[in-house]
Amino acid sequence: MKDTVHAARPGGGRGGILDREGALAKLLIAPAVLYIVAMIGAPFVLAVLYSLSDATTGDPSLHLVGFRNFAAVLEDPVFRLALRNTFVFTLLSQSIVIVLSRILANALLKPFRGKWLVRFLILLPWTAPISLGTIGWLWMFDSIFSPIDWVLRYLGLLGTATGLLGPQTNMYWLGVPGLAMASVIIVNVWRILPLATVIQLGGLSSIPKDLIEAAEVDGASPWRRTLMITIPLTLPIVSIAFLFGIVFTFTDLVVVYVLTRGGPVQSTQVLSSWTFFKGIEAGDLAQGAAISLFMFPVLAVVAILILRMARRTEVV
Amino acid sequence: MANIGKLARRGGLYTLLGGFIFFSAFPFYWMVIATFKRDHDLFSPLNNPFLFNEPPTLDHLRLLFFETHYVQYLLNTAIIGFAVVVITLATAVPAAYALARWARGWGESLGIGIFLTYLVPPTILFIPLSRFASFFGLQESLWSLILVYPTFTIPFCTWLLMGFFKTIPKDIEEQAMIDGLSRFGAMTKVVFPLAISGILTVVVFAFTLSMHEFIYALTFISVSAKKTVSIGVPTELVRGDVFQWGPLMAGALIASIPVAVVYTYFLDRFVAGFTMGAVK
Repeated sequence: MKDTVHAARPGGGRGGILDREGALAKLLIAPAVLYIVAMIGAPFVLAVLYSLSDATTGDPSLHLVGFRNFAAVLEDPVFRLALRNTFVFTLLSQSIVIVLSRILANALLKPFRGKWLVRFLILLPWTAPISLGTIGWLWMFDSIFSPIDWVLRYLGLLGTATGLLGPQTNMYWLGVPGLAMASVIIVNVWRILPLATVIQLGGLSSIPKDLIEAAEVDGASPWRRTLMITIPLTLPIVSIAFLFGIVFTFTDLVVVYVLTRGGPVQSTQVLSSWTFFKGIEAGDLAQGAAISLFMFPVLAVVAILILRMARRTEVV
Repeated sequence: MANIGKLARRGGLYTLLGGFIFFSAFPFYWMVIATFKRDHDLFSPLNNPFLFNEPPTLDHLRLLFFETHYVQYLLNTAIIGFAVVVITLATAVPAAYALARWARGWGESLGIGIFLTYLVPPTILFIPLSRFASFFGLQESLWSLILVYPTFTIPFCTWLLMGFFKTIPKDIEEQAMIDGLSRFGAMTKVVFPLAISGILTVVVFAFTLSMHEFIYALTFISVSAKKTVSIGVPTELVRGDVFQWGPLMAGALIASIPVAVVYTYFLDRFVAGFTMGAVK
């Protein structure tokens, strides 16, 4: 086809047109690439430079001081706690999400009435702005007016001398370290579940129906069909859902910032929130940048895994 | 007998879905209740919190709209969203087209490279970008957000559009060129109209992603009248240490629902966008 175009234009040499096309391609791509270089590349380099300097918001000039910030950060017990929390919080919430999203996706594949409304309600946590959804949870976890506490009291589990959860009238969801961490994890599960479900729906509906029917005819039990067909065929898409869930949770600041600000006593502090409190609120640009860069190796590994998953599924 | 089994399975399915809907939507139901509940009813620990024990009221909405900057937050969000859409379209559409059309090796690699920059999180970039903003005197200005938000819309939308352009056969534009259109004309007059559904998707995403954004807005803006909805509601509707729960919930609800309705229509495409390789 291309040759006929060129042949139809006498005098227009083949090389000439290709050159023009090449120039046009570069011209079309340039704005996007320049934007990315200037607004992602340059700040990233600056983050690295800051982490090697002693810059503060009061004196943001760059005096390189070597790896001092990283050493200082690593010795800070709050940082270590934040590092540990970030992993616990990400892995726990994403493991729960993967299981729940699989169950939910299977249910959504079945025919039933009012699908649009069901879909809308189930997707709400992802489609509504996260900071606003989290505000709803903040009110649900209120230290006095929490509806969860009200139900527990109603059931006699809380607020009575014989109550299973103790005689106090409230749980103080965000005021007790363990419960606060659990609350933050629940809200993250709530948030990522719709996304993972939609990804899994795509994977489940792409399994050829005749394959499952053939297995049925051959007498394979539902359990066996799941184990031998559905799971292997959807493993790549499940991994993709898991990996993206990790990217979004690992770097998220909103849930922790709105619910607990890292408290009580730093027990829910994560890398992103600690970066914010150190780097912006306390004005220590250098240490803030150093803390944020600890996220990078994990993200790089996840990105490589995503690429490898995507490649592998293309072969399938 | 078969009917009973079928009924039981139906029942099981509805119970399961009901449980998930409760988990997902309850916080929003909770917002609806608080929006219309009188303070006295809202702040009585013994009242049933799920129902109206006293007649509903519009007081919270009046306070939200007339005594706070809420309308201004909505306006700021819309202005920023609109500007980000324009910048995103102007850069991502041509880039995606070129990468899809001349994709042999380097085009594909560059496309993946651009997509990967989407994975560099704002939590690493916001410290240096806050210095950029103050260096250019854009702190406390909507412009700082308008210029920064394309850092996450361009990579994602370029990748998404690449997929759309790849599905448009080359023959169509080659035919148009034989018919006398220039290379550029074939692109703008023939190919772009065919990609309109992809372009529409990008418009929706650039807008919703901007509206959802939190960290940059929190870092760059502290003047109330310049805030966006996503930071204005959680940070400003608190007097001293007292949360104005009624207006707060109303503000969260009103901003959430319209964007959620639109986003729901497009979510499948969004997901197809970043799992493109995996569902091919």
